[in-house]
Amino acid sequence: MVDLLAEYLPHWLAVVTAAAVSALALISFIGLAAFLFIWAERKVSARIQDRLGPTRVGKFGILQSLADGIKLITKEDSTPDLADSFLFRVAPYLAFCASFCGFIALPFSRDLVAVDLSIGAFFILAVLSSEVFGIMLAGYGSANKWSLFGGVREAAQVVSYEVPRTLTAVVPICLAGTLSLNQIGAQQVGGFWNWNIFHDPFTFVAFFIFFITATASCKRAPFDLAEAESELVAGFHTEYSGMRWSFFFLAEYASMFAVSGLAALLYLGGWHSGFLPFEPAAEFGPWLGNALDMLVFVGKGVLLIFVMMWMRWSLPRLRIDQVMMTCLKYFLPMSCAVLIGACIWQVVVPHNVTEIVRYVLAGGTLVVIVGVLASLFLIKGDNSSGNLAGVWEIVPSATPAAVSLPSTDPAVSQPAT
Amino acid sequence: MAEVLFAIVALATGGSALGVVLSRSIVRAAVWLLFTLVGVSLTYFLLGAEFLGAAQLIVYVGGTLVLVVFGVMLTSGGPNQGFRPKKLEWFMAGSLATALFTLLVVGSLGLATPTSGDGELPGTGPLGLSFLGIPEPGRPSGSAFLLPFEIVSVHLLVVLIAAAYLARAKRRVGGTTEPGGPP
Repeated sequence: MVDLLAEYLPHWLAVVTAAAVSALALISFIGLAAFLFIWAERKVSARIQDRLGPTRVGKFGILQSLADGIKLITKEDSTPDLADSFLFRVAPYLAFCASFCGFIALPFSRDLVAVDLSIGAFFILAVLSSEVFGIMLAGYGSANKWSLFGGVREAAQVVSYEVPRTLTAVVPICLAGTLSLNQIGAQQVGGFWNWNIFHDPFTFVAFFIFFITATASCKRAPFDLAEAESELVAGFHTEYSGMRWSFFFLAEYASMFAVSGLAALLYLGGWHSGFLPFEPAAEFGPWLGNALDMLVFVGKGVLLIFVMMWMRWSLPRLRIDQVMMTCLKYFLPMSCAVLIGACIWQVVVPHNVTEIVRYVLAGGTLVVIVGVLASLFLIKGDNSSGNLAGVWEIVPSATPAAVSLPSTDPAVSQPAT
Repeated sequence: MAEVLFAIVALATGGSALGVVLSRSIVRAAVWLLFTLVGVSLTYFLLGAEFLGAAQLIVYVGGTLVLVVFGVMLTSGGPNQGFRPKKLEWFMAGSLATALFTLLVVGSLGLATPTSGDGELPGTGPLGLSFLGIPEPGRPSGSAFLLPFEIVSVHLLVVLIAAAYLARAKRRVGGTTEPGGPP
């Protein structure tokens, strides 16, 4: 973009304008993404908990985040008396800046990247690891014991989970031979069997370990002990209200998208759709093609974030010692083994065996996913639509001792009464 | 353009370094140190040494400073209890710092300035090979940088382990960890 603008403007102004345009585009993307993810979180959590979620503000409640934002802006800006005012005020911005800077090297499409760094993956992992400062300073600067505990535990968890996260991020880097995210994405061109995740069984396992450790280092459930309501009031952001509090959540959703986008790039083929026989960027010209690729990439990131939300509302929370034990005793050896296995696989296994394994993995995964989705439509439940299943079906009778409760689960056979 | 950017980054780094020295609360000094090290990393990026800048971020900012802020946070006496150095300490430290600064300025100005038209900066491939000291066409075999790289990696490992150790949940000796549980 600098070369394009340099034809019309002096060089320094072209650089500044290009930087400003990229930064504005990224910030508006992050803002819009956080707006939609907060609504999605409330809807997804509501549906998993058998309720409806926001329905009143706008169609499907989609303007609920806007209403929340207006409320948060107009809230009173209170600071605790004993708080270290400089640290208290700077902490949310530190967390947000660290998350935002991770987007600098993230390519949304072949040509849509703010800065095409040759060490993109390393840079994103390095910058996202600086988010821990906002948390620690928020915990310390609140002059609150529970905030301090929450901040310290949070920092220990984030720092510990960085190690297996980085090890499993190195696996596709070893396969690709480059740290540049543009090249790693460009290498996964073609059908979806070319994606890095299907390269060998070790990389397949590495994707899941990367996703889980990235969830942990984003402090999402089930690793959200330090900000859980039943544990430490609200952890490191107990004393924050209004716009400062929402900055923490902007930072959280931004880094969730950053690691999901990184997982999509490293393992799931980036901006390639995997089933189209042509390349959109080549077929439809630079603007439309790149826009289509960006939609595919953002779609993959959104899918992974949906999985993170699904995990949050399905799994119970881990205790802090369980969190640290899972990292140090399970994930760290597993990620080392996966890295060694992936490197040995490339060297030892002959070429036709790797091709067969790749097609088997890709085909098997596709069959499993299609089978699970089809089973949602094919297996009929016992209740007709419009009725609530489960306990609402049981009508209490006069003699409760003689009633044998009918099971509504079709998989459980009825006992002979 | 590069000079203006360097001036901004250098001012920010120098200002933060002054903040480290002049601030009275030790936790704030650690935060100013964070900004200083981020400024050093930005200087590396301005010079085109992207790998070194990212390594600075991951080792110093993400590792060492986390440990420093942990230690400082958990052992300091409160945000308003600062230390005030005496006049003699100001004088001694000031003269030593001025002498070191003069030595560094004279030494660095005596080095040749890097020429800006050298072409493409090496990516990670040639960088990795030069770590091992393997000669390439156009670059004579120099010293290998693998040992300093290993030392930096072990430094990062030690720092991460120390940070996790400082934040461990301590078990009460000889009893349960719940306050209301059986003895």
